[in-house]
Amino acid sequence: MTKDITLTIDGKEVSVPAGTLIPDAAKKIGIDIPVFCYHPKMEPVGMCRQCLVEIGRPAFDRTTGEAVLEEDGSPKINWGWKLETSCTNPVSEGMVVNTKSEKAVKGQNEMLEFQLLSHPLDCPVCDKGGECLLQDLTLAHGGTESRFNFDEKRHAEKKVALSDLIWLDRERCIQCGRCVRFQSEIVGEAVLGFEARGSHTQIMTTSEPGFDSAFSGNTTDICPVGALTTAQFRFGARPWEMEATASVCTECPVGCNTVLNTRRDVKTGGKVVVKRVMPRQNESVNETWICDKGRFTDFSADSRLTAPSIGWTDAIASAAQNLSAADEPIFVVDGSLPNEDLFNIKSLADEVGAKAYCYSEVGGGELTTKSGTYGKSGAGDAILVIGSDLYVDAPIFWLRAKQAVDRGATLIVATEEETRLDNFASTVVRDFAQGLEAAKEAFSKAENTVILYKGDDALAQSCADLNPTSLVGVWNDANTQGAWEMGYEAISDLDVLKGKTVYVAGKSALVASALEVAKFVVAQTAEDVQIAVSITEASGSKCVTLPSRNISESLGTFTSAERRVQLFHPAVPAEGDTLPGFVITAQVAEKMGVTLDIEAEDIFANFFDLSYADLSKTNPEEKLLIGGNCYENTQGVGVQL
Amino acid sequence: MDYMLLRHRDINNINQIDTFLKEDGFEGFKKALKMETVDVTNEVKAAGLRGRGGAGFPAGVKWSFMDNNNWPHYVVANADESEPGTFKDREIMESNPFQFLEGIAIASYAVGANAAYVYLRGEFWEVAHFLDEKIEEMEKAGFLGENIQGSEYSLKIYTHLGAGAYICGEETALLESMEGKRGQPRVRPPFPPSEGLYNKPTVVNNVETLSSVPYIIKNGAEGYRKFGTEKSPGTKIFSLSGNVNNPGNYELPLGTTFRELIFTHGGGIPDGKSIKAIMPAGASSSLIVANDEALDTAMDYESVPNVGGDLGSASVIVVDDSVSLDWLITKTMDFFHHESCGKCTPCREGSYWMKKLTERIHSGEGTEKDVELLKDVAYQIQGKTLCALGEFSTMAVVTSIERFPEDFKI
Amino acid sequence: MSLAEKYPQEIEKILAKYPPEHKRSAVMALLYMAMREGGYISKADKADIASMLDMTTTEVSSIVGFYSLFHDEKAGQYRLQVCTDIGCALKGADQYLADLCEKLDVKPGETTEDGLITIEEVKCLAACDKAPMFQVQSPEGIKYHEKMTVDTTLALIEELRKDAQEAK
Ligand SMILES: Cc1cc2nc3c(=O)[nH]c(=O)nc-3n(C[C@H](O)[C@H](O)[C@H](O)COP(=O)(O)O)c2cc1C
Ligand code: SF4
Ligand code: FES
Repeated sequence: MTKDITLTIDGKEVSVPAGTLIPDAAKKIGIDIPVFCYHPKMEPVGMCRQCLVEIGRPAFDRTTGEAVLEEDGSPKINWGWKLETSCTNPVSEGMVVNTKSEKAVKGQNEMLEFQLLSHPLDCPVCDKGGECLLQDLTLAHGGTESRFNFDEKRHAEKKVALSDLIWLDRERCIQCGRCVRFQSEIVGEAVLGFEARGSHTQIMTTSEPGFDSAFSGNTTDICPVGALTTAQFRFGARPWEMEATASVCTECPVGCNTVLNTRRDVKTGGKVVVKRVMPRQNESVNETWICDKGRFTDFSADSRLTAPSIGWTDAIASAAQNLSAADEPIFVVDGSLPNEDLFNIKSLADEVGAKAYCYSEVGGGELTTKSGTYGKSGAGDAILVIGSDLYVDAPIFWLRAKQAVDRGATLIVATEEETRLDNFASTVVRDFAQGLEAAKEAFSKAENTVILYKGDDALAQSCADLNPTSLVGVWNDANTQGAWEMGYEAISDLDVLKGKTVYVAGKSALVASALEVAKFVVAQTAEDVQIAVSITEASGSKCVTLPSRNISESLGTFTSAERRVQLFHPAVPAEGDTLPGFVITAQVAEKMGVTLDIEAEDIFANFFDLSYADLSKTNPEEKLLIGGNCYENTQGVGVQL
Repeated sequence: MDYMLLRHRDINNINQIDTFLKEDGFEGFKKALKMETVDVTNEVKAAGLRGRGGAGFPAGVKWSFMDNNNWPHYVVANADESEPGTFKDREIMESNPFQFLEGIAIASYAVGANAAYVYLRGEFWEVAHFLDEKIEEMEKAGFLGENIQGSEYSLKIYTHLGAGAYICGEETALLESMEGKRGQPRVRPPFPPSEGLYNKPTVVNNVETLSSVPYIIKNGAEGYRKFGTEKSPGTKIFSLSGNVNNPGNYELPLGTTFRELIFTHGGGIPDGKSIKAIMPAGASSSLIVANDEALDTAMDYESVPNVGGDLGSASVIVVDDSVSLDWLITKTMDFFHHESCGKCTPCREGSYWMKKLTERIHSGEGTEKDVELLKDVAYQIQGKTLCALGEFSTMAVVTSIERFPEDFKI
Repeated sequence: MSLAEKYPQEIEKILAKYPPEHKRSAVMALLYMAMREGGYISKADKADIASMLDMTTTEVSSIVGFYSLFHDEKAGQYRLQVCTDIGCALKGADQYLADLCEKLDVKPGETTEDGLITIEEVKCLAACDKAPMFQVQSPEGIKYHEKMTVDTTLALIEELRKDAQEAK
């Protein structure tokens, strides 16, 4: 650890690690220096000049190297005649910074006036209104009248589609370059750039197909104004009208922390709906980003079943009866279920002496439950990615692999097809055996070793044989790891269900497959089951459907592929008469004479040596790294098993 | 006086390698190769050679800042020459190219660089191709390549052509441009001698600066100090243009007066008009009121500030009394608006605003308030831009209004 | 044909100027190369250069847009670029340009009817002592013409016209 540096900002002393930039040091003691181009996750560029402050540095005697003192014994401070950009200045011992002196505020306001020269000030119709840095500053400090008294303001296009997902308003853009730098510096896909120069500078893409990046939505969060917005949210709602609920992304096993922004919606008849998904900071998982798959998750399954067609009482009774009557009932789940659901189903299966399977095309869970953290790799570490196109399967894992390479890690990619990770890898092979061989070599020289694999038990075993520090399965579902931890047996095809009575819980696709082979299916799902029902009719087999709540409606936990247990909260009222999955199971169990818990937190405590309170602990230090509209994590960063 | 830089004016065909060799060509380089590298740097330090690109920073001191814990090192010759009113580097490169290349070679040897680049503005297309030929000839003659003149030292020199951007003369923008990026300045520090081209220690020097080096090594610091003043030693090429009878380049000792340059060498003001203002450093200049005090001021780094200007690159633009300065600053603002790189807010927006205001004032539609506002906007930019271009854009505006108020009476 | 196919040796020579891990430095030289045909940089050229240098086409475009000598739109075969910056302007460059434009019946920025000459106004070209002056940017490169008058300019244009016809 390097020594902390002590400096004074606006009369308050603060100690921060060497290398900290002034805006972050100030943030630590609650002082907000206005910034546009600066973002704590990116190299400072000092472009926008908004963060001007007065900086004084202690004077040193050139010959003796001793600090020069004032008459009263306090250190003499040298002040330059110029204001300086705080974002480009790391702290130094004894530094004195004035962010609110008359001179500093004047300089900041002058920069603001320049920014507003040609800004349309269309806040009333701007999606960013309410969470816009420019708007905040203008309200606080902006002049009342424009001194730019020309009839013609500069006009620019207000609706440029950079992709199907992201729109650009060139009049609002303040050329801070955050989006451009995010794509080139952080993601390594430089598909956004500046066109022209000087006062004609504009954001553009000429790549084909346009702003094509799995992380594009993040640029709308870090854009300090309303220049970049998502097509999905455009004119959708005003930020201040929405509730914010902590959730965890369901789209892949990374487990990105999210916030679901919800609001009553006219289009859906006044129902409270999820208007957008936003990142919630968790430096160990997703930092301040989420991928587009997660951001644009569709929670609005319209045609979903909202109550059993025969009513709950009959449906539960039918389920219990059929399961009890079967000589060898089978329980099968997938990784889309929360831990609480998984636990109750597993408990019931155990009680009645039935098999409990988890459907997973990827094997090796017995091995991953012994290790699992991927963490923040860098110099001296080696990573093997085998069998998975992380860019598609687990985009934030992809981003972390890429960033690990930036920090000096060695990366080996072994996949059948080309992937977007190939560019960053030191070794790329299209053959698994060669990949394992290359990894063996690299691992022998590395400190920490990580394998991210996607494949069957045999591949998992070959990976485990390399004895990596962490072995991470790239599962198809968000909580497959949770199922492994719970002791489910994995199956990758559903032949065993042939002719059986089966309790199926999970996605509609699983239900549909089960229906094709099983004799009788108890189907617990939160998804659209139209297809499932039509298949039932066609095959003539029997089915009872128990509609459960989805993640946006429930309280529960997921265990990420890295074995981090994280809590999500209900964000919208449950649809129709749906019930939490674990309650459904408990009710079926009760009819079968088995008593199970019906409170999420109690169920959780049955399995984990942890409580929801443990998962809800936060790390306020992380807040210093937030820039843009990523949510601060006030609801808990989860627990690493 | 014999020319030190414009030697082609004394010696025909010095841009031919045979002639150059006959005229003591590469003697400085050969001598340097036998010296310790730090002694070469120290000699240049002792000579007091100051950067001719505008800032006047001592070249030897710059070389001694090279970070010796980080390799490789590079030398980059700044041949971007885009300051309006400056046309001296072009003449050196076209007519006395080997002396310039020799200067690069000595500098490279002194800082341990095995590759050096000449960054030329794109418009110098023909010059670049000419230099390529000269570099080849120099290599053939054994002054570039591996083990030069039987020493351990190896060096390659390459040309790199810019493509029309004044800002690329700013050293960090130049380096960005060389790296294949948009030519926008970097935050400094770090300065190029710590992190320059490809983040490696790099010396960036002006063409004229480098061309002065062979003489210093050949004749020693003392020999060089025979010219110029104590604090501004040596000769300097003054590019003289504007309302003057004989515009052109004049190599004179630093410390020569404006009067001597403009009237003795430049032949005075045409058409019986009289001199009104002097722009000593091109479009980036403060306008100096051309009174007797100013005309008798010595053109060196220390004296020009006494009359409210800077020597800069010594591109002396003469303005006669028929010129109205509201027109002149419309020209300079058109330039700076066109050349602002757009990276930082005050320059990007401020140059646009100032351009609009100067145009309105010049068109006769401006008000007194516009003149005040123009000055205000200029002040508002000063001291806040990322690089000096933004600062430069305000100089002519502010000094014209302050020093020539009659030109802005509405 | 791509640039790589057309000029393999020359490209190799350009790339050899820079450390292999910094081949992106060659982008400006390759953009000039692209302009040899037709005097402008086509979309295909940008993509071609991008792939040669491991850049995105967006990055290449943003460089084209930054520098005033790179053009991605077609103009006349010769771009006659007259300096009207301060040094030349004090020597009557504005008047010279106006007279020339009148003779050619074009405005700055426009191209003569035969598609031969595009007249452009440019900033200082480092020839202030030789005003009026201009440079001609053509697919072959850039050439200075100094101490010009309208008459000498028209004579030059006549020559360029002849050259162009002969080339055809
Ligand atoms: C906007 C701007 C334009 C500049 N243009 C040039 C130029 O064309 N040629 C040059 O040598 N220096 C130019 N400079 C100065 C360079 O940044 C740098 O100081 C110089 O190349 C250092 O060389 P020297 O120490 O030999 O003068 C310019 C600086 C600025 C801020
Ligand atoms: S001062 Fe002008 S040229 Fe310099 S960085 Fe700012 S915008 Fe670019
Ligand atoms: S935040 Fe510091 S310059 Fe933009």
